[in-house]
Order: sequence, then structure tokens, then C-alpha cells
Amino acid sequence: MRLVEYQAKMLFKDYGIPVPRGYLATNMEEARRYARELGFPLVLKAQVRVGGRGKAGIVKVCRDPNSFEDMLREMMGKNVQGEVVKSILLEEFMPHDRELYLSIFLDRSKRSYAIIASPEGGVEIESVSNKKVHTLDIDANNNNNGNRLLHDIASYMGFNEDGSNFVDVAMRLIRLVDEKEAELAEINPLAVRSDGSIVALDAKIIVDDNALFRHEELRAFEEESVEVEARRSGFSLVELDGNIAVVGNGAGLVMSTMDMLSDANGRAACFLDVGGGATLDNIYKALTLVSKLHNVKAILVNLYGGIVDTSIVAKAIVNAYKDNIIQVQVFARIAGRNADIARDMLKGTKAVMFESVEEAIENAVRAVKGMNDNNGNSSSSSR
Amino acid sequence: MSNVGLEVKKHTIDIFRILQGSAEDEDYNKRPVIVQGITGKFGSLHTRLMREYGTNIVAGVTPGKGGQKFDGIPVYDSVRDAVKEHKAEISVVFVPAQHFLNAAIDALTNGIRLMVAIPEHVPVRDTLKCIKLARENNAVVVGPNTPGVIVPEVIKLGIMPAQPFSKGRTVVISRSGTLMYEISHRLTLAGFGQRLCLGIGGDPVNCLTLIECFELIRDRDDVDSVVVVGEIGGSAEEQLAEYIISTNFRKPVVAYIAGRSAPKEKRMGHAGAIVYGTYGSAESKVSMFAKADVPVAKRPAEVPILLEKKMRR
Repeated sequence: MRLVEYQAKMLFKDYGIPVPRGYLATNMEEARRYARELGFPLVLKAQVRVGGRGKAGIVKVCRDPNSFEDMLREMMGKNVQGEVVKSILLEEFMPHDRELYLSIFLDRSKRSYAIIASPEGGVEIESVSNKKVHTLDIDANNNNNGNRLLHDIASYMGFNEDGSNFVDVAMRLIRLVDEKEAELAEINPLAVRSDGSIVALDAKIIVDDNALFRHEELRAFEEESVEVEARRSGFSLVELDGNIAVVGNGAGLVMSTMDMLSDANGRAACFLDVGGGATLDNIYKALTLVSKLHNVKAILVNLYGGIVDTSIVAKAIVNAYKDNIIQVQVFARIAGRNADIARDMLKGTKAVMFESVEEAIENAVRAVKGMNDNNGNSSSSSR
Repeated sequence: MSNVGLEVKKHTIDIFRILQGSAEDEDYNKRPVIVQGITGKFGSLHTRLMREYGTNIVAGVTPGKGGQKFDGIPVYDSVRDAVKEHKAEISVVFVPAQHFLNAAIDALTNGIRLMVAIPEHVPVRDTLKCIKLARENNAVVVGPNTPGVIVPEVIKLGIMPAQPFSKGRTVVISRSGTLMYEISHRLTLAGFGQRLCLGIGGDPVNCLTLIECFELIRDRDDVDSVVVVGEIGGSAEEQLAEYIISTNFRKPVVAYIAGRSAPKEKRMGHAGAIVYGTYGSAESKVSMFAKADVPVAKRPAEVPILLEKKMRR
């Protein structure tokens, strides 16, 4: 789970990592009050989980109180890469001399944690060549070796004699990653002010979803969404911007189905993995989740597994139509037992079963295309 | 080649020896197996299915249920207790993710040499601890979040259905479960039976890596080809490609990679399947495989076709 900036900064504060004074505003009234408290200039930062907010115009410095409300209005409600701005962090403006980069992350390829530091912060770290990457034994972060490493990094970052401020922040960040089971904690930029003090101007934290069961304090950051609801059912769902919902058992199989759909010029409305068990309840629940998504014009089901009883899947689909949970057509490839029974059960519904996933995809794409043509031009006839 | 050296760890362990024993052994092809979490819903279902396949399950473990029986199989409170009565080097773990680390400690510190870790949603910190434990105890851990390991017609350790697999000389190594079944099935239909099918797991960190799997099979005369089923995310496939080039791996290899159409920075189901920038993208994996002369299938059905071409050369 990726935390929003203000949540990440709350954790920074808990761990004694300096951050600018700031308030979260969700409406104009709050914003006015906080702006009075902070004074001008101040910084407006839209709270969405996307990169490149500066370029997208949703992080701005406001110097003139007269332009504040216009600026806020323009930012609030804006749609940025599919995320809508619902809250804005207002922060004191902090003049500074230098911007650094610091992050601790889980290096999958080395199967250990690593620290990345660069004296050139404030830009995407991928584009910076002047950086150092070291593996980090996070279980032993207080030992002398770790300390020496951090002092070395401090001098690399341009702290001459007194790097203790920096070392202190780095140690706190390591402790945060350790205790909160984060996969990434990034400060970019980490600002150095003229008096030598340092402050985290931005904060990005990704925590391990699988460890949330032992972190009640992090679960409180979860927002209600179809994706979270899916996770509670043991599924995983990702909303996408197409119009054909893709449902299957197993993440790899669903991805593979999406790839083939995209090759056939279809666009996925979602990725929905129902996990190993294709039971009546599971499939019914999956169809219920799909019905909550916008813009779904067809559902593509791809289930594979020798122990899947396809007649149970068919029953779930029949029930979902009967209960008016779904209205759109289902295109299914279900490999498993009792396929003949399943096919019979689906007769008279809007669901069709196919032998191969390729056929199911082809038919789904054609059906959706037919609908689009009909919408655009009533004289054209599909079929 | 840059950092491959770091990851290639010579396995002194012969996984086939653990899975099958040798011909002169009394328990040849009937190696004893312990099921951890045997009384749970999932564990009990799959204990029956594994047994049906011929897997020799000698004991089960469920803390607090020691002394009971499941389908005639004695249940113990711990692996530590179970190995006092039964000689077993293999365990299959079905416990919920929250209890996984304790189960792993119990198994790996009590003589288990091959642990198949089925649970999904294991915290990555627990997996890292498990890797350390396996190293210290000279054991192999497959998973977590794996469908398991199967030697067709000999032993099935995990949740895979039996019907897709057939005996033969191809090895399938997969990051995905259902795709491992699907692709093995297609191989079977095309006449490519399998020597071994192994799921390394869909998590960002796997206890047994792709490269380690290749090390296990590179010198085996009974393996004549390898199929790798990869996914977007991480750099395991890229590292494998470097390994194939730098160590001059000679057996024919064909790959499939799921997730070409996935958007960036979205986790596609598997905790491991996520692309950051170009890091972990399908393009990066396909182009590295091309350098290693490993053809990548566009869809599962194309895997046996590419393998046939590759074998003919």
C-alpha cells in the first residue's frame, strides 16, 4: 500500500524526521483557516498517489493571498492519471540551499534492503547518475558498521565536518522501514537550509500489504474502494480504463488473458484474480465487484484448473443474472469438470462458453465493438 | 556480465535426490512427506489429493492437535515431534501466512531439507528470515505463494491439479500457478512430458530463485529442455538471461512472460508483479531473453511451438 504524502509525513513526525509545518484541507473553509495560520508564501500539494505532481500542476507555491482561492479551486477535484484530488496539504514555504535524495528500499534482485543517496535531489532518481547504492542489513541497523556507512554517505552528500544531522535522519528512516515493514521510504527532496538544518520536503512510503495484519496503525490509512473490498474477499482487483472486465483464477493467468485481449485490440476494464478457489460464492462475489465498476460492457472469464467444477461457476453466473447483479454479456472459457452441464445451464442467459480463451476474447471484442458502432451510428447493424 | 556472480549460489543440494531418493533406497520414489497445517480446510483437501497421486504422506502437523489422526495419518504438535517417529526430509506447508515463519522455523531447524511453502500473503520480512534459515540449515525452500513442485507420476507436493502433467524430459519453472498448469498441459498435448514442474512463487522475493533452479538442472542428463514462465516485475528474468549467457547454459530454453499490457505502478495481483518506470517491464525481459537466444511466446499456446523449433535446431 502506498501512503499518501500527508500520511507518510505523519509517520516521519512520529519518528522525529523533520517535516514542514502543514495542514490537510478538504474544503475551502478549512483551507482559508489554515492559510491564515501558515501565512504567505505557502505551498499547496494535492494528495494523490501519482508521480510527477509538480509537472502535472498540482504542487504549487502561492505567494499572493489574493490568488490563493483560485489556485485551490483549480486544484481541488482535478483528475490526475485517474485519481481525483480530494484533499490538499498546505505547508509553510521553506527556503533552502540544497536538495538531496535519500531512500531505503527492498532490493528484490539482491533479496535484501538497500539505501540510495544522491546529492542531486528534487528530480527523478532514475535520471540521476550521481548516486550511491549500498545494501543494508536492516536487522542490525544500530551497529557500528551501519553507522560508518551513514557517515561515509554524509560526506558524499557534501556534509563536511558535521554530518550528524543527516546521519540522524537516515537512522530514523531506517528504523521506520524496519518497524513499519516498508518496502520503500523515500525523501525527495531532503532540503538543507542555510542554518545547516535539514527537512523532508516530500515523503513517499510503500508498506507491505501482507504485513498489515500486524500493523493496526497502518490499516487506519486504508481508504474504502472496490480494490480494498476485493482484497477483503481474498481477491485482487485493479481498476483499468477499458470496458471489458477480465476475471480469472491466478494472477499470471489473468495477466496473460489481458495481454491477449490487448493483442486483439480489446481494452481491460479491470484485472480481477479470484485466487485458487473457483467456488459459487467466490464467482458470485467477483461478478458483484465487477458490477460496481463503471463502463463495463462485457465480462471475460478465464478459469483454469483440473479441480474447477465448471457447473458451479455456471450456477454463479446464472444466479448473478437472475438477481440482476449483472446485465452485460459474459464470455467464458472455463477448463475443468462438467463443461457440458455448464454449457446447458448457461443456455438462455447472456453468457456464452468457449473452448479456448482466444475464441472467448475474439467474441467479446467483437460484441463490444458492435455496441460502440451502434452508439455512434444507429444505421449500422451488428451481427 | 555485471551482478550475476552475486546471485549464483552453487547448490550442494540435489533436489531430485530429495524428491525421489536413489534406485537402491527402500523408499525410492516413495519419499516420506510431512504436511504442516494438515487439519486445515486447504491442508486436508490437498493432503487427500496428493495422496491420491501417490505422494507418501507419513505425518501431519497442527499445533494443539498432536495425537489425533487425519485419514489415518498421525498428527503431531510440531515437526520436531513428527521427525522423532518418522524419517522425513520433505514438508509441505499450508498454514495461514501469519503463522508461516513459525512453521518454517519448526521445519528447517528439525531436519527438513525441502520445504514447499504454499501460503499466499506472507510478509516479505518473514520470507527474508526464511531465506537466512534455509541457508544456515542447508535446505531448499520453494515459495512462498507457490503452487508447489511435481515430478509427474512420482510425487506431487502442492495444490496443482494432476491432469495437466505427464512424465518426460522438459522442466517447467514458473512464477505463476495457473499458468504453470496451463502451459504444462499444452506441453503434454504436444508430446513434451515433464521431468519436473516447479513454481517459485509470485511474491517479490522468492526463497528459491530462477537461477538457482537452473543450477539444479544444468548438468542433468534426464533434462533436455526448459520452459520459464515469467511475469512483469523485478529483474529475475533479466538476471536469468545474463546467467544463461555468461555460464553458457546449453539446454534449449523457451519463455513466456505475462503482463505485457499491464499499466505501470499497478500491482497485478501477485505482490511481485509491478513495473516501476521501465524496471520490471515485459519489454526489458523480452529483449534480455533475445540476447540469450531464448524465444518468448506471445501466448501460452505458442510455447510448445517455439520449443519444437528450438529443439530441432
